[in-house]
Amino acid sequence: MKKNLRVKRSKHIDETYKISFKFNGKLYYGFKGDTLASALLANDIHLVGRSFKYHRPRGIMTAGSEEPNAIVQLHNNSPWTEPNVRATEVEIYEGLEASSQNCWPSVNFDIGGINNFLSPLLPAGFYYKTFMWPASFWEKYEYFIRKSAGLGKSPTKPDPDIYEHRYIHCDVLVIGAGISGIISAKIAAKNGFKTLLIDEKPYLGGSTIYQNSEYFKINNQNSGSWLEKEINEIKKIENLEIKTRTSVAAYHGYNYLLAKENLTDHLPIERRKNKTRHKLLKIRAKKVVTATGSIERPLIFDNNDRPGILLSSAIKKYADLFGVACGEKNILFTNNDSAYETAISLIQKGINVEAIVDNREKVDSKLIYEVEKNNIKIFKGHTIVNTYGYKRINKISIMQLSKDGQNVIGSKIDLSCDCLGISGGWTPAVHLFTQSGGKLKFRDEDQVFIPNAYPSDQISVGACNGDLTLDSILVNVPKSLKDFLNIKNNVYESFEVLSSYNNSKRNIWLLPSDKILGKTKSFVDYQNDATAKDIKLALREGFKSIEHVKRYTTTGMGTDQGKLGNMHALGIISETSEAKMGELGTTTFRPPYTPLTFGTIVGRNVGEYFDVYRKTPIHEWHVKNNAKFENVGQWKRAWYYPRDNEDMFQAVQRESKAARESAGILDASTLGKIDIQGTDASEFLNRVYTNAWSKLQIGKCRYGLMLNEDGMVYDDGVTTRLSENHYLMTTTTGGAANVLGKLEDYLQTEWPELDVYLSSVTDHFATISVCGPNSKKIISEIFPNLDLSDKNFPHMSFKKTKIGKIHCRIMRISFTGEQSYEINVQANFGKSVWEKCMEVGKNCNITPYGTETMHLLRAEKGFIIVGQDTDATMTPIDLQMDWIVSKKKYDFIGKRSLYRSDTIREDRKQLVGLLTDNPNEILEEGSQIVSDINKSPIEMLGHVTSSYFSPNLKKSIALGVVRGGKNMLGQKLIIPMENKKINVTVTDPVFLDKENKKLNA
Amino acid sequence: MFLINCPFCGEREQSEFKAGGEAHIVRPKQPTELSDDEWAEYLFMRKNIKGVQFERWNHVHGCRKWFNVVRDTSNDQIKAVYKMGEKPPN
Ligand SMILES: [Zn+2]
Repeated sequence: MKKNLRVKRSKHIDETYKISFKFNGKLYYGFKGDTLASALLANDIHLVGRSFKYHRPRGIMTAGSEEPNAIVQLHNNSPWTEPNVRATEVEIYEGLEASSQNCWPSVNFDIGGINNFLSPLLPAGFYYKTFMWPASFWEKYEYFIRKSAGLGKSPTKPDPDIYEHRYIHCDVLVIGAGISGIISAKIAAKNGFKTLLIDEKPYLGGSTIYQNSEYFKINNQNSGSWLEKEINEIKKIENLEIKTRTSVAAYHGYNYLLAKENLTDHLPIERRKNKTRHKLLKIRAKKVVTATGSIERPLIFDNNDRPGILLSSAIKKYADLFGVACGEKNILFTNNDSAYETAISLIQKGINVEAIVDNREKVDSKLIYEVEKNNIKIFKGHTIVNTYGYKRINKISIMQLSKDGQNVIGSKIDLSCDCLGISGGWTPAVHLFTQSGGKLKFRDEDQVFIPNAYPSDQISVGACNGDLTLDSILVNVPKSLKDFLNIKNNVYESFEVLSSYNNSKRNIWLLPSDKILGKTKSFVDYQNDATAKDIKLALREGFKSIEHVKRYTTTGMGTDQGKLGNMHALGIISETSEAKMGELGTTTFRPPYTPLTFGTIVGRNVGEYFDVYRKTPIHEWHVKNNAKFENVGQWKRAWYYPRDNEDMFQAVQRESKAARESAGILDASTLGKIDIQGTDASEFLNRVYTNAWSKLQIGKCRYGLMLNEDGMVYDDGVTTRLSENHYLMTTTTGGAANVLGKLEDYLQTEWPELDVYLSSVTDHFATISVCGPNSKKIISEIFPNLDLSDKNFPHMSFKKTKIGKIHCRIMRISFTGEQSYEINVQANFGKSVWEKCMEVGKNCNITPYGTETMHLLRAEKGFIIVGQDTDATMTPIDLQMDWIVSKKKYDFIGKRSLYRSDTIREDRKQLVGLLTDNPNEILEEGSQIVSDINKSPIEMLGHVTSSYFSPNLKKSIALGVVRGGKNMLGQKLIIPMENKKINVTVTDPVFLDKENKKLNA
Repeated sequence: MFLINCPFCGEREQSEFKAGGEAHIVRPKQPTELSDDEWAEYLFMRKNIKGVQFERWNHVHGCRKWFNVVRDTSNDQIKAVYKMGEKPPN
């Protein structure tokens, strides 16, 4: 018969509101207010998964975000599926479906469990050592490992949910709404600070809110009741915003924090529609109060990982908050007073406590007396040496500890149980503090790390600052806040506090056993299956740094980042290597504190909003005329315009032929345009380009090449002299922003004496390029009053004119080798001028062409594309463009580098043309070029940078960079491909019209 | 993400700025008169300090001005900002 472990009513659970959910396919019931974990425990289910390496059965261990074991997949195989969710954080709702992870084929029968029996073969570093050799075996191992050790399945369907980002600015951010956070928020808000209080849980009050004991009182009220009144009061404060279900993921420098606000995960799926699921809060706070509390430590002993073993504080929380008994025969094992608080709670609720095992010999504590009064057997000075039960704990063995705590003595006592609560004291949750760059110090008396120096305007208060008892919190928190906020109004008068907790603790990082260490499995990191033995092995093998031990043993490398066991790992290292804890340092806690969904990170930036993109003023025309687009930087550029059933190759061949035979038209609006004005504009151009500019006449255009200071080609483009002190520079589409930045840099920092002003005008103009033998005819029909004769308007010159009232700048420049005219008009007239060109050019079969055809046409002419035929290692000399490098100019950017010992080497990679022996064979861009295929290893000489089939030359052409290529004209080289080798001949990079006859035809 | 106090605009998010490397490296006035080694010194050699570093920043998504920042690279604390051409603080 199924047990019902729901005990006395808890006011946090609504027993009138029944909720059904499925776990591993079976239907269960819980109540409103339950988490998946509390509901499963109420149904007597502890076993929820399998461990990562040994596939040992594992149960719910905690009641919070630190959970290492109870990691589940929600709504498997649906669009709402989510892996690696902590059952302790999932609030149940009608229709919830959860399943275990990491337990193929099932949680109860597990093929990987065989690893447990083979475990002597699986020590630390096993994966590194074994599966790496022989390399060919990896394929065999991999299948088995991946299949049996998966950590959840990623969704395969599109995410149906909505996510948002929100910026928040506040005076004071309080992280954590336990008693310390509530007090802090109230003090800050009451003093007029715009305050934000956030907590990861759905309720406020932390662990104090369910503290209902005669032994912890504030102003003569039970601490829980006192806090409840405080909460009701702060909810009314206007300048205090409170957010629950919100967890801080990252605490960056300068008080910049990222938090995830969870808005719909607790709702049934049908009620989430059209609602934002998660909000990523980007918080910039003037001051931050961290009040993240503390996490209970487990104890490290043999077989400390069986289902039914929980943190003692978790058992208390399940009883007090959820009204659930984790077992019917509970034993608690502790080294401090906390387990007695748990015992008192259980007794109060009528839950059976069999015994308490306490490491300590003699302690004078009111809590212990109370427990003893209830006739509960306490084994003082004892430790657990082993536990039993495969899928659920059923027995423990205990022995007496020696005086020094290093050995066990006497005879073994067996105690039967179905649940074991363990308490190793408390670890302040300093994760966020260290993320922010804060440094810790070690407090020897109770072996905890606490904040030492704050890197920004922040403070840690309460348990996360090492104040682990009610009385120290109530004394210290208001005092710290007063100094931190520099305020007079303390808000709180002094408190009358009753706190019966005795601070004594007997800290033994690794508890002794009657077995030798090699025969024990004392887990330090539950999620990654790292044991004390593994850590000691790593130290024996010579690993010293905590960071190395962590990686070798994988301690702390799970999704929980070792929130439970990191301190023990440090402790064991410290004891074994005899280094002081404070000097060992800690491993780094990295964001996120708890995992984030991708949706949260991405927010609204999905689909077409993934990135910003830029459209030219003529974009809509391209869309209407069936253009395919390619991304160039942020621009959407027309790539080619397929007609009928043309594929890309066919379309490009047609467009290329048309441009050379009659007329082509290209939207060149994306080219970067920089307006340059000032009395020193000519001198400025002289300094930034390799060629000379002082003598360029007004109304003339010139091609320029820009280098980096290291002599490598950076950008190129045509610049036009519009008037005496006014130039218009064009840059590559992708390089525009960087070129402007670079020019500004030189102007502002190196040559502030120059009178030059730069403005980006890329978006201000639409640029339409009409090319081909009929381009002149088309232009003359659009501009009947313009004298287009070669004498009046020669190649590389510019005219200002008008169409009606529209001002136009026309440049006669060419990137195709054909006679071409570039019409620049104010952007909003771009589309109508384009349409005019199309209309006028109809008789000449004017053909719109895209970037692909543009690339093909320029390749026929051997014109480079910066970034395609060059990378950051090509000088103009390498490109065989010596002609553009002025010998006369004293200096320009990059000049000195052109004769460094490295740049003058003859065997640098140089740009050449490549022709395949078979004219129909088209090379693949990026293919390697070699000369001797029999040499071993084969020497790579270079690679193909551009390759096309030229419809005008009726053969395949290519550009490439080849080591020493300049002197290899006519030489045969080889392009080795997967199944063949292609023979090519090195040629001049100019394939068509070497004499530039077409430009002036 | 830290905050930078642009000397022209005031305090803004780091994401508005672009880092420009070590400050106070002056481009030689007569590069052609330098040996390969001297030119290489200017071209390639940069400090990579853990601690207080003088560096250039550009308010690229703001006023587009270049200026200098004194930053502790170990904790991103900014000690001072000053305009191009101004003397660095001690
Ligand atoms: Zn600025």
